[in-house]
Amino acid sequence: MTPKIVFDNVSRRFDLKGSSFLALDRFSLDVGDGEFVTVVGPSGCGKSTALNIAAGLLEASDGRVTVDGRPVSGPGPERGMIFQQYALFPWLTVRDNVEFGLRIRGEPAARRREIAERFIDLVGLSQFADALPKTLSGGMKQRCAIARAYAVDPVILLMDEPFGALDALTRVQLQDQLLETWSRERRTVMFITHDVDEAVYLANRVVVMAARPGRLQEVIEVDLPYPRTEQIRLSPEFAAIRNRVWHAVYHQPPAAQAAR
Amino acid sequence: MNSVAEKPRAASSAGRPAAFDYGSLALNIAGVIAGIAIWWALTASGAVGLPRPPDVLTRFIELAGNGQLLRDTAASLARVLAGFLLGVLLAIPVGFAMGWYKVARALVEPYLQFFRMIPPLAIIPLAIVTMGIEETPKIFVIFLASFLASVVATYQGVISVDRTMINAARVLGAGDFTIFRRVVVPASTPFILVGVRIGLGSAWATVVAAELIAAQSGLGYRMQQAQLYYDLPTIFVSLFAIGILGLAMDRALQAIERRLTIWQERI
Ligand SMILES: Nc1ncnc2c1ncn2[C@@H]1O[C@H](COP(=O)(O)OP(=O)(O)O)[C@@H](O)[C@H]1O
Ligand SMILES: [Mg+2]
Repeated sequence: MTPKIVFDNVSRRFDLKGSSFLALDRFSLDVGDGEFVTVVGPSGCGKSTALNIAAGLLEASDGRVTVDGRPVSGPGPERGMIFQQYALFPWLTVRDNVEFGLRIRGEPAARRREIAERFIDLVGLSQFADALPKTLSGGMKQRCAIARAYAVDPVILLMDEPFGALDALTRVQLQDQLLETWSRERRTVMFITHDVDEAVYLANRVVVMAARPGRLQEVIEVDLPYPRTEQIRLSPEFAAIRNRVWHAVYHQPPAAQAAR
Repeated sequence: MNSVAEKPRAASSAGRPAAFDYGSLALNIAGVIAGIAIWWALTASGAVGLPRPPDVLTRFIELAGNGQLLRDTAASLARVLAGFLLGVLLAIPVGFAMGWYKVARALVEPYLQFFRMIPPLAIIPLAIVTMGIEETPKIFVIFLASFLASVVATYQGVISVDRTMINAARVLGAGDFTIFRRVVVPASTPFILVGVRIGLGSAWATVVAAELIAAQSGLGYRMQQAQLYYDLPTIFVSLFAIGILGLAMDRALQAIERRLTIWQERI
């Protein structure tokens, strides 16, 4: 299987008042086509940096990211992104938010409407198609953002702590909904979270990162079947994998000095 | 997707105007009536050298009847609208340019900071000397006042547009121009409208003062003339006209503002 996303020794430095800070150190990872990869790690370990480089919102200082073999340079609609803060356009209705990318692409109105309808339906927001974002709960806003990302038909979805601002109950609901959406509309997903349970529940593989400098620590296979259910979430197999991930995240060896 | 018991926060009440507050309105009216009563009581004895309410009312009817009040009001309004529109129309592109391009900001900022420190009225002597005593200097001063008020607000609006929202547009395929038109402009509208309101307020304040100093028409000029003849009722009529018109314009802009920013989350 040829990988969909390839991080090839990606490094990123930030210049801070003369000195330079290594936020991401030679990060390498292959993500397979249709795979669901989650990324966990302590705050500041370069998760967002890696994702933003893949999105084309940030440039790598060294190394490169390829998607379908083509090097990433700048953002593009084939790489959809979902943000923790939803980033909906508050002056547009749910429908117009979902149509935003289609409008940019110059789709005719009827086609836009048809596509938007389909994805609004997919995330369960049909009743609220004409509502403004301010009238929606956090979970509904994020579902709208997911529909908006799907509407332009991206080959990969990059999600940066998308459920991080939601309460625990809504978060679990949205995890199930996301997996269901993903099973119907299969995309390659790279999903950042700081929640170990969430990371294991969603993923084919969990990528654990370490900080100072931000780097890849360990990749842990999640050998559990889809569809994931509550039964799986409460199973001893799940617990065993969660414990492994937990240890990888919370008991990290100190940074190798040579990395600087 | 399975349906979830999650409910929208305010879907049912969205867009419905808040119930009208009759209690407050009654108090407003009571306050105004009390104020007029006190004014009347104080002036009836002649102890305070101010005109009584009936005197002012009589003068109002007279000035309104012979068209004088209308002509004065029209002259003041025409100046305000000309200067205000010019000021706002220039302020919006300049504010956007400052927010969008570092170079534009660096070039314009010193002038902005400097002119903000000069009361617009202080420009009048210079404006009269260089532009003559016709309409131009007055309109110019009003233009300056409203421009300065709106340009800063527009600029603030542009630089405070959420970066994540811009990134969201970029990953959906938007280029610079699209981002500007479809994200930056709508996102900064609330700021611009606040600036426009402040601009109108300062334009109105400036026109009256400018007419006091140098004009042959307008509400300010009428007051200045009345002052020469100790004609207090006329001064009162003019003051009321200025206050009421200013209030009406502000309320109109406020209504427009509410319409255009209905999407904003208000706390
Ligand atoms: N634009 C920036 N300028 C300077 N430092 C940055 C910038 N963005 C991120 N960093 C630093 O890089 C490190 C990694 O950041 P980030 O990728 O956001 O971490 P994470 O998402 O894992 O919490 C952090 O220490 C952060 O302070
Ligand atoms: Mg982050």
